[in-house]
Amino acid sequence: MVEATQSGPMLAADGKPLKRSLNRALRRQKLRALMLIAPLLIFVLITFIAPIADMLFRSVENDIVADTLPDTVEVLADWDHEASDMPPDALWEAFYVDMFFAEAEKLHTRLGSRLNYEMTGVSSLFRKTGRAVGRFDTDSYTDQFTALDASWEDPATWVTMMEDDAVLEALPHTADAWDRWTAYLDREGDDPAKEDIEDVFFTTLYTDLAAQPPVSGLPERLQQAAAAVPSFETVDLKAQFIDADKDWGNADVWRMIQTYSPRYTSGYFLNAVDMQLTPDGVEQRPENQQIYGILFKRTIFMSVTITLSCIMLGYPVAWILANLPMRTANLLMILVLLPFWTSLLVRTSAWKVLLQQQGVINDILVWLHLVDDGNRLIMMNNQFGTIVAMTHILLPFMILPLYSVMQTIPPTYLRAAKSLGATNWTAFWRVYFPQSVPGIGAGSILVFILAIGYYITPEIVGGTTGTFISNRIAYHISSSLNWGLAAALGTILLAVVLLLYWVYDRIVGIDNVKLG
Amino acid sequence: MKLTKTLLASTALALTAGGLSAQDMADSMTIVSWGGAYQNSQLKAYVEPYLANNAGVSATWDESSAEAVAKLRAMNEAGNITWDLVDVEAADAIRLCDEGLAMEIDVDEMLAKGDDGSSAEDDFGDSLVSDCFIPQIVFSTTVGYRTDMVPAGTEPPSDICALFDLETYPGRRSLNKRPLANVEWALLCDGVPKDEIYDVLATPEGQERALAKLDTIKDQTIWWTAGADTPQLLADGEVFMGSTYNGRLFSAIAEQDQPIGMLWDAEMLDFDGWIIPEGLPEDRLARVKDFLMFATDTQRLADQAAYISYGPARASSAPLVGKHAELGIDMAPHMPTDPANATNVFVTNYSFWADYRDDIDAKFQAWLAR
Repeated sequence: MVEATQSGPMLAADGKPLKRSLNRALRRQKLRALMLIAPLLIFVLITFIAPIADMLFRSVENDIVADTLPDTVEVLADWDHEASDMPPDALWEAFYVDMFFAEAEKLHTRLGSRLNYEMTGVSSLFRKTGRAVGRFDTDSYTDQFTALDASWEDPATWVTMMEDDAVLEALPHTADAWDRWTAYLDREGDDPAKEDIEDVFFTTLYTDLAAQPPVSGLPERLQQAAAAVPSFETVDLKAQFIDADKDWGNADVWRMIQTYSPRYTSGYFLNAVDMQLTPDGVEQRPENQQIYGILFKRTIFMSVTITLSCIMLGYPVAWILANLPMRTANLLMILVLLPFWTSLLVRTSAWKVLLQQQGVINDILVWLHLVDDGNRLIMMNNQFGTIVAMTHILLPFMILPLYSVMQTIPPTYLRAAKSLGATNWTAFWRVYFPQSVPGIGAGSILVFILAIGYYITPEIVGGTTGTFISNRIAYHISSSLNWGLAAALGTILLAVVLLLYWVYDRIVGIDNVKLG
Repeated sequence: MKLTKTLLASTALALTAGGLSAQDMADSMTIVSWGGAYQNSQLKAYVEPYLANNAGVSATWDESSAEAVAKLRAMNEAGNITWDLVDVEAADAIRLCDEGLAMEIDVDEMLAKGDDGSSAEDDFGDSLVSDCFIPQIVFSTTVGYRTDMVPAGTEPPSDICALFDLETYPGRRSLNKRPLANVEWALLCDGVPKDEIYDVLATPEGQERALAKLDTIKDQTIWWTAGADTPQLLADGEVFMGSTYNGRLFSAIAEQDQPIGMLWDAEMLDFDGWIIPEGLPEDRLARVKDFLMFATDTQRLADQAAYISYGPARASSAPLVGKHAELGIDMAPHMPTDPANATNVFVTNYSFWADYRDDIDAKFQAWLAR
């Protein structure tokens, strides 16, 4: 007995194993801590992480094709575009039904805009076809069925008929179309028993009845129609579509729709790296359309240049601030902070006034006879202008961390170095500088990450050679409405920043970064 | 007693016949426009008069037209439309209509007849470029130049191709950072007949050709993104010639007395107007419809021209255009649609641009970046 107690787990005062009690106490503590930060955590999740995740998700999301043209997509899925020129004939009826509902819900133009990103001209193709679809010759089916029995025109006939399981089984296409019809009317708040029966249902009814011999056990009206159908005058839906727009006869259009029919697409990402998803696989874009590679490289190059200029300009300023008496340092600090209290737009516009050809700097240079009046310097609407203006705007983000790190370096170290025989340079380079590196690290990360996503300043002073990738992202968000491409570009930019951060961590070490 | 009842009944009848009664309308509207002189012209010409006629109704402005397309899509996705009426360019109206973000309009039912008795549909005519678009004004993109920078002994430019003629008219240019108007002018000055321009522009070779023509002035060109840029660049003497909207040039020339001249040659006519966001609640929609009926009638559109030099979108408004509200000068000769100005015009080909905008813009931006 005694021996067993000693070799067993150590017990707490209440007789439970000590380890478990300790764990429980720790868990309770952790929970309490979590509760304290919960408001912040939830806030960050809702207002920051969730929208970003949602936006990034758009870079692969492609539901619109399969949602708008479900039947067509199903037919196209079985089509081998290399084996046969055109999709199977079943396509046309499926597409007719899809277009009927898309037009009713005004979704066809939206799909057209989406697919126009991939193939020029599809936008008006869908707009035009949407107008034509209601005027197809399929009313001849309606006329022929009602000629057999006038009650076909009565919505009530259809409502009762479509409740019969045997009918649903015998008429698969019609059942599917009717299903979508009732769902659509339900969303609109309308009653199927009160809405006119559209031509599209008589078309599917014709296809269903013509496809198979009549099954016994169906309502009499349907039996009668099935017997009459072989002698019906038919409508060529393919011809109707090609009549609406001859592009429907172009297999390239169908191949493109097939390529972009999956619910997730790599198309946006490929566009973002100057590639293209085509029916025959991934291709490089023609050279005259390649832009994103140039812009990404330029964005990184210019952000690095701006960061380096900030270090060059900010380091001496921070050093002076850190070594002056408190009162003077505070006064100078206000000068560093002053730009923070001025609007970004105002500061950028001020640079415009300074840098333009008829601007202050050129005027002074001409007045000093340093520059000929006819050869005024071009200092903006190019990379130079963007780098100058952004260096000025981002400088405080470099000076502040540098200053707070430099303040913690005891001046006695420098004096000690010198008293041991170091020259001014050696004392600075071997003793002072290494201690200020964490400040440079923190400042560089701040400046670089702010610079890489900058938008307003490059837009105003960047011209054509000084713009960033963010200007293009803004264009796709606000003007072309190609949010998928904008999201893909944004995702790549985010990945580049994270990658550079990782490299930075490997080389400098993130522990070496200090904000004070 | 009987009389009162009849009276009451007939008033009720008249009210239902005349649409919704005032109680069913929201008493505030959020109107989105461009700010500046243009918004002021709307305020003076029809918003203030409407509010004066309808006591208790208020209007809030949101100067977001430049980002309206993206913001409307975001509002639509969030299911919370806070705008009642949005002023956009015709091309954006088409895009919004395609995206299902703007409401379709029954022109003859929702808009007033012309003062000359013509139906609204005939009166607006070609300006009805989209099912969702209610046109207000015709504006044009055209070219201005510094009169004091024309080389001595040379005639001031009068032909659009002066833009590409660096020999006769040396000096920097400013052009829109979007392809619209630039590529049309480039092809025109490269010798393509006017009626074939969009056929040529539809081909990759035609697009290359337009860019090659623009290449000849690329290093002399500043590319603008806001309509106010070119007047500013001209005023500073930064550029000799530049494209912008005709109203901006009018304001620089007539209101600010700058040494600037302007061309009407090959002006690109374009429309600006209202759209109603899709999915407004009934009471707000009723208010907006009531406002639109008033704000787009013949007299109101003519009144607008007293505050800004953009032409009314209704044909019946043109004879009613009067004098500038402050300067007192006749406004008719400053309208882009005035017969003397409109001798050689382009009407923006919307269906072409709806299809080719993404494609040509991608090539144009790639060309700019190189």
